[in-house]
Amino acid sequence: MVAIIDYGVGNLFSLKSSLAAIGATATVTADRDVIRAADRVILPGVGAFGDAAEKLRATGLADVVTEVAKSGKPIMGICLGMQLLLEKSFEYGEHEGLGLIEGEIRPIAEVIPRELKIPHIGWNALHFCGNKHPLFKYLNEGDCVYFVHSYYGARCEGAVIATAEYGAALTAAVAKGNVMGCQFHPEKSGNAGLAILRAFCEMEGTVC
Amino acid sequence: MITKRIIPCLDVKNGRVVKGVNFEGLSDVSSPVELARYYSENGADELVFYDITASAEGRELFTDILTEVASKIFIPLTVGGGINTLADFDRVLKCGADKVSVNSGAIRNPALIGEAAKRYGDQCVVISADVKRVDGVFRVFAKGGRENTGMEAISWIRHCVDMGAGEVVLNSIDTDGVKRGFDLEMLAAVCNAVKVPVIASGGAGKIEDFITLFHTLPGVDAGLAASIFHFGEVKISDLKEEMKKAGIPARLV
Repeated sequence: MVAIIDYGVGNLFSLKSSLAAIGATATVTADRDVIRAADRVILPGVGAFGDAAEKLRATGLADVVTEVAKSGKPIMGICLGMQLLLEKSFEYGEHEGLGLIEGEIRPIAEVIPRELKIPHIGWNALHFCGNKHPLFKYLNEGDCVYFVHSYYGARCEGAVIATAEYGAALTAAVAKGNVMGCQFHPEKSGNAGLAILRAFCEMEGTVC
Repeated sequence: MITKRIIPCLDVKNGRVVKGVNFEGLSDVSSPVELARYYSENGADELVFYDITASAEGRELFTDILTEVASKIFIPLTVGGGINTLADFDRVLKCGADKVSVNSGAIRNPALIGEAAKRYGDQCVVISADVKRVDGVFRVFAKGGRENTGMEAISWIRHCVDMGAGEVVLNSIDTDGVKRGFDLEMLAAVCNAVKVPVIASGGAGKIEDFITLFHTLPGVDAGLAASIFHFGEVKISDLKEEMKKAGIPARLV
C-alpha cells in the first residue's frame, strides 16, 4: 500500500488516479499510523515552501516523514514535496526543510538567462546522472516529463539523479538511498510518469 | 530543452465535444473521454476543455465528464468556460483540472485573477482572450466572441498577467476556423507584451501552420487547435515528427 501524505497542500486527485492506473493500492491520508504501516510513502505538494513546511510540522507529519525515511522504506517527494526533503529554501525568505537530502531550494532566475520564462513550465527531457537510477528503469535518456516550478534544488550535486536543460542543468530528480524526489509531476507526465510511479511501487525496502 | 506544446481543445456541451467555425454552426464530434484518451495516447501535451454549456444541469454533466477524464488521462488538463468565481475554480480543480482558464469572468470581475492566483498559484490561472481587429485595433471580445468589450487587447492581457495570470491563450477571432494559419501579427504583439507562456489559438489548418508559428515566433510556447485534430486532418504524431525535422523541440511518444 502507498500512503500519499495529505497535509492540506495541493490537489491529490491525479496522483491517486495515476497510482490506481498502474494497479497500486494508494490511500490519501494524514493518519500517522496509516503512514507508518504503508509499504511506501509519497510526499506531494504544490504552492509555497514556507507554508507547506509549516503545515507539515504543525500536523506532526514532518516527524513521520523523517521516521519513514530512517526506516528504509521507499519514500518519494513530488514537486514541492521533493523540495521539502532538502535542507532549506529561499522562497520568500528562508525556511527550514526536512534535511533528508543535502541541498537548498533557490530561484531558477539565479541560474538561467534572463530571456527564458519563469516558471519553467512544460515538457522537458530528462538527462540521467551517472548510472540510471532504479526509479528510471523503464525510461530512456531524453524521455520528457512535465515540469511546473520557479525554484530548483541547488547544492545537492551528490544526490542529483536527473537534470533537465533550461538555460542551465536544473535538478529534475534527487535520491539518497530510500529517499527520492522528483521536481516534475510523474502523475502528469503521461506514460513516462506512470513508468516512474510503477518503478517506485516495485521497490523493496532500502534501495541502492 | 523545453518542448513546444501541442494542445487539442475540446469544446464540451451537454457532455459532448463540439467545435464551432467562427464560433457558430456547432456540430457534434465525439465523446470527451474517448477523445481525451486518444489524444493522450497519440502525443497531445496537454488538453483544454471548454465548457460551453449555459445550464446548471449541463454544468454538472461537465464536472462528471471532467472527473472521468482526469481519472484516466495523465497529462495536464486546463478547464475553461463559465469560470466566474473562486468557487468555480474550486469546483473544476477538485475534479482534477490542473489549470483554470478565465475569459468573460475576468472581464466582468478582473479581481478574480488576482484572488485565484493568490489562492492556487500563478501557474494555475490562465487568461484566455478572444481578440478581433476592429478598425485596425485589437479588441477584446466577450461571451464566446459575440460581444465587443471595447477594451484594447494588448493592454488588457498585460494587465491580467500583472494581476497574476500565469499563461495566456490568445484566440484570434479573425483567423479562427479559417484554417490559413495562426494570427502571427496578433501573437507577436502579445509575446512582446508579456513574459509568461503564450498559447496560440485560431487558424491552424495544416502541419506547416505550426512550423511557421514556432519558427516565426520563438516566444510562442504552444499551439492549440480543435477541429483539425478532431476530424483527423492533422495527426499529432505526424505534426510532432515534422516539428522535430524542422528543428523545433517536440515531445515524441
